[in-house]
Amino acid sequence: MTTLADPLVRLDRISKHFGEGETRVDALRAVSLEVHPGEVVALLGPSGSGKTTLLNVIGCILDPSSGSMELDGELVLKDGAWLRRDLKRLRLDKIGFIFQFHNLIPFLDATDNVALVLQLAGADATTAHERAIGLLKYLEVDHRRQAMPAKLSGGEAQRVAIARALANKPRIILADEPTAALDSKRAAIVMDLLRRVAVEQQAAIIAVTHDEKIFDRFDRIFSLRDGWLESETNSLQTA
Amino acid sequence: MNLAYRDIRHNLGRFLLTCVGLGLLLGVVLAMIGIYRGLVVDALTIARAPGVDLWVVEANTRGPFAEASRIPGDLREAVARIAGVASAGSITYQTVESEHRGGKLRLYVIGYEPTRPGGPPEITEGRGIARSHYELVADRSTGLTLGDRIQLGRSTFSVVGLTRYQVNSGGDPAIYITLPDAQKLQFDLAPPAARVQLARGTSGSSRDTVNTVVARLQPNASPDAVAETVRRWKHLAAITQQAQELILTRSLVDRARRQIGLFTSLLLAVSAVIIALIIYTMTMEKLRQIATLKLIGAPDRTIVGMIVQQALALGFIGFGIGAMLIVSIKDYFPRRVVLEPDNVLALGFVVFAVCLAASGLGVRAALRIDPASALGG
Repeated sequence: MTTLADPLVRLDRISKHFGEGETRVDALRAVSLEVHPGEVVALLGPSGSGKTTLLNVIGCILDPSSGSMELDGELVLKDGAWLRRDLKRLRLDKIGFIFQFHNLIPFLDATDNVALVLQLAGADATTAHERAIGLLKYLEVDHRRQAMPAKLSGGEAQRVAIARALANKPRIILADEPTAALDSKRAAIVMDLLRRVAVEQQAAIIAVTHDEKIFDRFDRIFSLRDGWLESETNSLQTA
Repeated sequence: MNLAYRDIRHNLGRFLLTCVGLGLLLGVVLAMIGIYRGLVVDALTIARAPGVDLWVVEANTRGPFAEASRIPGDLREAVARIAGVASAGSITYQTVESEHRGGKLRLYVIGYEPTRPGGPPEITEGRGIARSHYELVADRSTGLTLGDRIQLGRSTFSVVGLTRYQVNSGGDPAIYITLPDAQKLQFDLAPPAARVQLARGTSGSSRDTVNTVVARLQPNASPDAVAETVRRWKHLAAITQQAQELILTRSLVDRARRQIGLFTSLLLAVSAVIIALIIYTMTMEKLRQIATLKLIGAPDRTIVGMIVQQALALGFIGFGIGAMLIVSIKDYFPRRVVLEPDNVLALGFVVFAVCLAASGLGVRAALRIDPASALGG
């Protein structure tokens, strides 16, 4: 387990290349960073800079070529090799995902979309249902608990998606363009929610974004270019 | 949480419509199997009707169904006296067309001796033939009813009994009349033609000719041994019941049987491809959801379970619809559709296997999808 001072995410010289020889593309080059509990950080960079690749590596869905990674105090990657075989379980237990287009399961209502993650982790149906409703209340969207995703507004759907990401109390939340599909007002609400989650649950939130209107909502911003971690700034500097 | 059920419930109309479409297709497959079975059963019905062990026919023929056979009617007495024969009867078979209620009626006329083997296997309504002339027992599919009168040749017959499922290999419904009436129908000429024959001096020939003499054997008698005895007479052939049925299925209806069998196989193959495509398409439409499930940590068995359960539900509901459809309309087919429980079960098993194989394609696609594809726009 981590102490308050320990980072929840620690990357040490993570590299990832695709192809070999003349076709080789270096998507990440020796990226090292740390994200601490309660922090909301952004990965910024032009298209092809490697930010989505980095998010995929942190999410344990892409094998890096080299480097090491610690998640929630556990060394899960060493010298480019996974130390855990059950990466799905690792994701289920430690990582929550928030998507650009919320990616709610269209044939499940709002409550079941959240409860599903809990049941996948082993919770019984009643417990999962109760906790799902609790999360929807926490995110102030419980009045839409029985609505199907197609009937939810963009903001409501993103809040349900955040509830789903929080279902198993993960300490690391990865967000891929979480506000890209929202207007300014709803984007601000979603970022406030993420901030609240980070502080209250002592979680680390890492978001890939191009959305300039929310830059000031991040504690730190990591800029990537051509696979290099080019700079690390705090939001005030950027704003 | 059963994801397959939730998905089906969410798209219930579309799923049911797909099931109905598949059900119609499987119904056609079942109908073809039923027609195939019906063809074989129909071919055997007339041969099984007398309930005999031996068929005595003209020498060097495989009569009376596969080839023409004409033998003297009085051979019946000679056959009856052979050791091991319990009883024997003479039979004639011929096809005639008659007028009934303003329409043409094609009939398979069986002439037999009412007190001997060769008559209808059961009377479902009315009675058997009791008078020596002008009474008949008809198959229900003729459309004749008790008391109806029908002209056959130069005589008018009354329907006194009804039987069922008695048709020849061509599907023509059978009627049973007495042997003398049948011989008269077969050999009596119209008056002008009779006068011509009389003038030629040929009218004196006997008309006591039959197509076959059938024999029931005593319980301890061997059909092959008795047949061998009959063959020794040289001018006769003897066919056991088993051999007769083989001739009918392998010779008389063989081409039609193979034709329908091949068509049924093709239909089954087409159904398999369609089922596979439906299930594959259903899976492909959910790839992004599947990627999301994989990304959030759903184990493979959850995803595989969803696809396989949906495939099986589709197959079995479709099969159920198809089976119900055919069972409810099979009696309206012009020819018999025979659906034995083992045929239905066999197709059910094939559908089960096809659904499993088809879901394998979907499962393969689902397991290969990169969870990272859930990210991004």
